[in-house]
Amino acid sequence: MAQMTMIQAITDAMRLELERDPNVLVFGEDVGKNGGVFRATEGLQQQFGEERVFDTPLAESGIGGLAIGLGLQGYRSVAEIQFFGFVFEMFDSVAAQAARMRYRSGGRYNSPITFRAPFGGGIKGPELHADSLEGLVAQTPGLKVVIPSNPYDAKGLLISAIRDNDPVVFLEHMKLYRSFRGEVPEGEYTIPLGKANVVREGTDVTIITYGAMVHTSLTAAEEIEKEQGVKVEVIDLRTISPIDIETILASVEKTNRAIVVQEAQKSAGIAAEVVAQINEKAILHLEAPVLRVTAPDTVYPFALVEDDWLPDPKRVKAAIQEVLEF
Amino acid sequence: MSNYVSEIQAEQVSTLSILAADGTVVNEAAMPKLTDEQLRELMSRMVFTRVWDQRAISLSRQGRLGFYAPVAGQEASMIGSQFALDKEDFILPSYRDIPQIVWHGLPLYQAFLYSRGHQQGGIIPEDVNVLMPQIIIGAQIIQTAGVAMGFKLRNKNNVAITYIGDGGTSQGDFYEGINYAGAFNSPAIFVIQNNRYAISVPIEKQTAAETLAQKAVAAGIPGIQVDGMDVLAVYKAVADAAERGRSGGGPTLIEALTYRFGPHTMSGDDPTRYRTNEEESKWETKDPLIRFRKFLENKGIWTAEDEDRVVEEAKEAVSEAIKQADAVEKMTVPGLIDTMFEIAPPHLEEQKKAYLAKEGE
Repeated sequence: MAQMTMIQAITDAMRLELERDPNVLVFGEDVGKNGGVFRATEGLQQQFGEERVFDTPLAESGIGGLAIGLGLQGYRSVAEIQFFGFVFEMFDSVAAQAARMRYRSGGRYNSPITFRAPFGGGIKGPELHADSLEGLVAQTPGLKVVIPSNPYDAKGLLISAIRDNDPVVFLEHMKLYRSFRGEVPEGEYTIPLGKANVVREGTDVTIITYGAMVHTSLTAAEEIEKEQGVKVEVIDLRTISPIDIETILASVEKTNRAIVVQEAQKSAGIAAEVVAQINEKAILHLEAPVLRVTAPDTVYPFALVEDDWLPDPKRVKAAIQEVLEF
Repeated sequence: MSNYVSEIQAEQVSTLSILAADGTVVNEAAMPKLTDEQLRELMSRMVFTRVWDQRAISLSRQGRLGFYAPVAGQEASMIGSQFALDKEDFILPSYRDIPQIVWHGLPLYQAFLYSRGHQQGGIIPEDVNVLMPQIIIGAQIIQTAGVAMGFKLRNKNNVAITYIGDGGTSQGDFYEGINYAGAFNSPAIFVIQNNRYAISVPIEKQTAAETLAQKAVAAGIPGIQVDGMDVLAVYKAVADAAERGRSGGGPTLIEALTYRFGPHTMSGDDPTRYRTNEEESKWETKDPLIRFRKFLENKGIWTAEDEDRVVEEAKEAVSEAIKQADAVEKMTVPGLIDTMFEIAPPHLEEQKKAYLAKEGE
């Protein structure tokens, strides 16, 4: 097995799918000759040519429309939004067009599109580059939203997303791109969309999280076990829409306590949805309210206050303490 | 010689027209090569569409239709443009462009189902290359760039055509779409049906551009302005654009100067609030049906009997289509849930079960 960074795993997934299916196209701003601003598409244009991997004019809405039109001709687009903060420029294509194609046509047409985009904080980027906007797309019926937390998942999930006949928003946390390597099988494999992963087993508290916060949560879990012997179970949602409630329930029924950790702002997001679903389906198993650890409800701040703004292991541990002592 | 691009362009755009308002030919050189049978077919379709429009307006008033945007006045730009296409060409309509997709093959009863908001209206037959009308102004323009690029990548000899109003050309997506098609040299045809009003806002308040055709210049693609009340001029412009697209010449922007005789939609718009009687009367003298009828009568290939026959056929077809639409099983929430994804995820299956139980009560 190879050791890969997350971005290498993502490139690998696209390469394998471009090889496997002539209908797969990869396009966006700077993805061709330049190989993407993060080099996610490095080498793909050289290997597959300018008809299959190409640069678009600098217009995000155009990228979305192109993907939808190509979908009507049987192409499977992997369309890159250079930074997810730019999704507002193509939001009509993502949320009002691709997501409703099946509905509008009574199932006759679909939008087999993967909208890939980097996002996520902690890298001191400019405005509207890091924002966690996954809640906006997760609320849209007809879209699946995937956020991998490691190289292995990124490859398997991206292959599944590309093969899916429905539109998938695939969000890649920028801080995870090159921060560590992991074992990644060389050939093709898939991880089903909509299935969460228990990344750490425990008996006392469940943390439900995704993306970079999986790592923050694991750090918190390890520290608190060392410090107090508390055994924390950590669930990586992997797909945040739809949410794998079965895996969450099995864990909460075991631990009877849960917290949800997300990098996004607090209100009306994925964490709120997870809390609501636990409330609906497992309230009698709970020994304490389900708490959220999130960013505050402000715009994503300038770099100087970023580290303080983002949830960190200390805040996660405080929440664990709170549900244990309730 | 001016250094200002706007002054250069204003001199360059002139309107393509073939028939005068009295049906006489003013531009023999541009006359498309159509057989008498094809000319009669064009007229039949325009008359049919006018009758269908009148019936739709009346059905709408009776509450027997849903959303409806009248088309009278715009038949030449609608029918003439579709008539210039091959069956395999793809139409991405805007909200008013139902005639084009029906003449391209969408069964009429489905158009009525669409109007009522029934999903079956959008289940387009396999051999019909159309989308249902776009509601978001401009979204169809960028999608057309994609469909056209798909034709090019597949080496198909087809074009994708789309429609937008004068107001729609103010949208960012309008420019993004024509620019994409230009940059990728894709076989797309963008038809602006400039009927002078975006609901109530006149073209003069929409843009300072002298023509909408000149917007093609910014995207580096050919643009042409045609008399949109002249079915032969519209046909000619679209046929030329299709030929250009099929032979690798890329996209074309066509501005058709037209007018809607009725309100914007049947949902409460009152054009007397923003248009004068004088203006409406002036445009009525340019009626595409009158002009083309005179042309055909002068050629001796259209009679009052022909007209009556088409009117009767249209009335019958509309009644039949309404009956067919009425007979379609009503739309259900479980059916709606089934069309969200190819395979419904567990939470939707759960929600579907709840609705099935409710409907079983």
